[in-house]
Amino acid sequence: MNALKGRAARAWYGFAAGAVLLFAVAPAALSDFRLGLFAKYLCMAMVAVGICLAWGRGGLLTLGQGVFFGLGGYAMAMHLKLADAGPGNLPDFMQLYGTATELPWWWRPFANPAVALAATVLLPVAVAALLGLLVFRRRVKGAYFAILGQALAAAFAIWLVGQQATTGGTNGLTDIQGFFGYDLHDPVNQRMVYFVIAAVLLLVVLLARQLIHSRYGELLVAVRDAEERVRFLGYNPANVKLVAYVVAAGTAGLAGALFVPAVGIISPALVGIVPSIEFVIGAAVGGRASLAGAVLGAVAVAWARTALSEEFPAAWTYFQGLLFVVALAFLPGGLASLPAVVRRRRAAAPVAVGEAA
Amino acid sequence: MSVILGQTFTGISIGAVLLLIALGLSLTFGQMNVINMAHGEFIMAGAYTTYVLQKSISDAGISLLVALPVAFCVSGVLGALLERLLIRRLYLRPLDTLLVTWGVSLMLQQLARDIFGAPNVQTRAPDWLTGHITLVGGDDPLTVADNRLFILGLAVAAVAALSLTLRLTPLGRRIRAVVQNRDLAEVSGISTSRVDRTAFFLGSGLAGVAGVALTLVGPIGPTMGTNIIIDAFLVIVVGGIGQLKGSVMVAFALGVLQSVLEYSTTVSVAKVLVLVAIVAFLQWRPQGLYTLRTRSLV
Amino acid sequence: MSGGLEIRGLRVVFDGFTAVDGVDLDVRPGDLRFLIGPNGAGKTTLVDAVTGLVRAEGSVRFGGEELLGRSVHRIARSGIGRTFQTATVFEELTVLQNLDIAAGAGRSMWTMLRRRRDVPVPVARALETIGLTDVADSPAGTLAHGQKQWLEIGMLLVQDVRLLLLDEPVAGMSHDERQATGELLERISEERTVVVIEHDMDFLRSFARSVSVLHAGRVLSEGTVTEVQADPRVQEVYLGHAPEVPSRGADDGPDDGDGGAAVGAGAASAGDTAADAAVQEA
Repeated sequence: MNALKGRAARAWYGFAAGAVLLFAVAPAALSDFRLGLFAKYLCMAMVAVGICLAWGRGGLLTLGQGVFFGLGGYAMAMHLKLADAGPGNLPDFMQLYGTATELPWWWRPFANPAVALAATVLLPVAVAALLGLLVFRRRVKGAYFAILGQALAAAFAIWLVGQQATTGGTNGLTDIQGFFGYDLHDPVNQRMVYFVIAAVLLLVVLLARQLIHSRYGELLVAVRDAEERVRFLGYNPANVKLVAYVVAAGTAGLAGALFVPAVGIISPALVGIVPSIEFVIGAAVGGRASLAGAVLGAVAVAWARTALSEEFPAAWTYFQGLLFVVALAFLPGGLASLPAVVRRRRAAAPVAVGEAA
Repeated sequence: MSVILGQTFTGISIGAVLLLIALGLSLTFGQMNVINMAHGEFIMAGAYTTYVLQKSISDAGISLLVALPVAFCVSGVLGALLERLLIRRLYLRPLDTLLVTWGVSLMLQQLARDIFGAPNVQTRAPDWLTGHITLVGGDDPLTVADNRLFILGLAVAAVAALSLTLRLTPLGRRIRAVVQNRDLAEVSGISTSRVDRTAFFLGSGLAGVAGVALTLVGPIGPTMGTNIIIDAFLVIVVGGIGQLKGSVMVAFALGVLQSVLEYSTTVSVAKVLVLVAIVAFLQWRPQGLYTLRTRSLV
Repeated sequence: MSGGLEIRGLRVVFDGFTAVDGVDLDVRPGDLRFLIGPNGAGKTTLVDAVTGLVRAEGSVRFGGEELLGRSVHRIARSGIGRTFQTATVFEELTVLQNLDIAAGAGRSMWTMLRRRRDVPVPVARALETIGLTDVADSPAGTLAHGQKQWLEIGMLLVQDVRLLLLDEPVAGMSHDERQATGELLERISEERTVVVIEHDMDFLRSFARSVSVLHAGRVLSEGTVTEVQADPRVQEVYLGHAPEVPSRGADDGPDDGDGGAAVGAGAASAGDTAADAAVQEA
């Protein structure tokens, strides 16, 4: 029981340190440009929180998170485009392609800010609930589930590209000017967006932590490790998995929605197979089963991507490939498991360590 | 009418390529229960092998025929290496294997980009594959391109060769024994690690052959594998793991469905509809079209 | 105490192979019934059918309720629990967490979303019964083999099942552990109905209240230990010179659990070896 209290205390210190870092250190230390990038990384981290829950705790390899990120992002961007255009006007790209004379029916609800905001979470949740219900109920699992997620991401991206007149096609929805009345070109408002993202990330982490340490969280691990056994205890594992999958989808949707004002764009390039799998790598590198690991891993990988790919795009691809191989083949618990691994090594070979020291 | 038939035949040849890829996947998936994401890059390796051979052998026909065995070996060796170096270490961790091989596939793509450049390249088809055969003449003719017939023949030959190997050769018996009960095969004196590697060689080699076939119908590029591999995975998911007849039927069915839907709607809508059809199918047969019903817990 | 198990005309067919072929079986409330029979006799398949893991024809009633056609978790909720040949516990969770999960199938959403603050009373009692109180906070993966099997039984106790179906619960246990397990089963069967699949004859002689012998998918004999041992048909089956039983390849049946799919059809050489092994074991 003392160990448990110690762990909880450490988690709180970590959380407090994270909050200070996000709200005091980062805004003071980073330029407006860097802070904008950091906001983007935090959105990636938010997706990683959901992946930590679904994959790390639930064993559901979610290779289609880009779809949910995209649903959230497009819902937000559609509203912002409509708001930019003003009441009664078509968004700029629709006028440009010139095919549509009036707004498609499925764009209309997004003119209402409340509907659009709710949709950023509810749309991904609804899609995940429907797919999850169909898939988990029929006990499609493991690699099959991963492949279906990936196929979904591919289909969604291809569909978006194909509907150029109504979704902006390959370009996506770009050049977003305002955020609920605030001009996004103003650095002050950009900082405000950053603070919103940081606050939402902290909330999402708290929510996920509560889930992981609840009885449900224990049950989820049990389903991950021995699904059939859980069934014989009188639970329906499909429902247990569904909750984790839906929460992960909602989180990704929220991240996508906040990504739009932070970066000013949402496009098929952010929702397809490749970005979907990139969401996973952050969590894998940091430690899929550890919240802190997943968050830090996602931020680190996103940062490394910016740092490397700006100057050496080829090197970044090799590095990313190598990250997958090293993190998963040789350190499956991610960086979060490093202390434990080192401790075990030391315990196993005290002499060697003594020599090294 | 003949448009639909023509579309169907296009679908059959898409299905033939899918089948070539899925056969290899099915072999490696059935063997070690892992999904090899780098399988798509073995296709790419086969395609670039064809390209390189055509550079050195100017006759397109000869280079194509030489490319078939060479590409089989190149991709096969790549597959066996991957099995030896990485997949072996990840035994019983199928999801991690999926992600690790994805990392390998990223690196192989970049390697191809560094060697051959990012833009797509093209090979010349031999003269004897540029024509077409007229099936129905008259005002509304139905013709079939030679290259598509060639691909279909290749797929049929591959299915025949693989199923004969599995049925008749000692190697095939060993592979089936390992697939059915790995531990028992091991204690019966079969070297499972050697069988694994051979299965990976064969399966990846088939991907190389698929790569050769793809050069006849499209450009060669670093990401050509990624685009088609998901469809091939879906063939496995729907056909049932390790079931040849399932793969054959589903590959052709998906090819035709995709091609007919593309004609009646658009490419992008067709993709979505095919996926919806697959999820619906899995409601009916969650384990795929053909399965052995066993009592195993998973 | 309520509810006996009543099986009528149970048939299970796998791809043309009949694993259970018209079994009738009655287990009275409070019985401690042993199911024995050579490998491939259909014992495990019978339990699979009762717990909903495989599809079956016929009728299985427990406490008057029909079970066939219900999903696995619904059957579990109607008071039937089972263990597997290889102990299956949640290795990464602690003993306490394992038991807490087993106790909680009926919990509300609200309870599920909160943390466990203390040890529920039934869980504490089960810890005591199976003698694992001292290791309650250890991960189940670190338990000894016998302890894992006790934990499984404990999970059935907190699940508050009225019928326990145990598949070889003492396999791999030492003599003392067997004794302890047998006594535990005797105590449990005072309040619940227990069905045990077991190969160990000494264990059976010490603890069985009644025995059913299965052979080739049918009930061959039934009664007390003495009655069954005296039955000439049972001796024939076990000594191996049975009169021409219609051969349906039953002996290399699916008990070998050759899980997974196969490329192509036909028995590989490995399959034959499996049959040999099965014969030797029987």
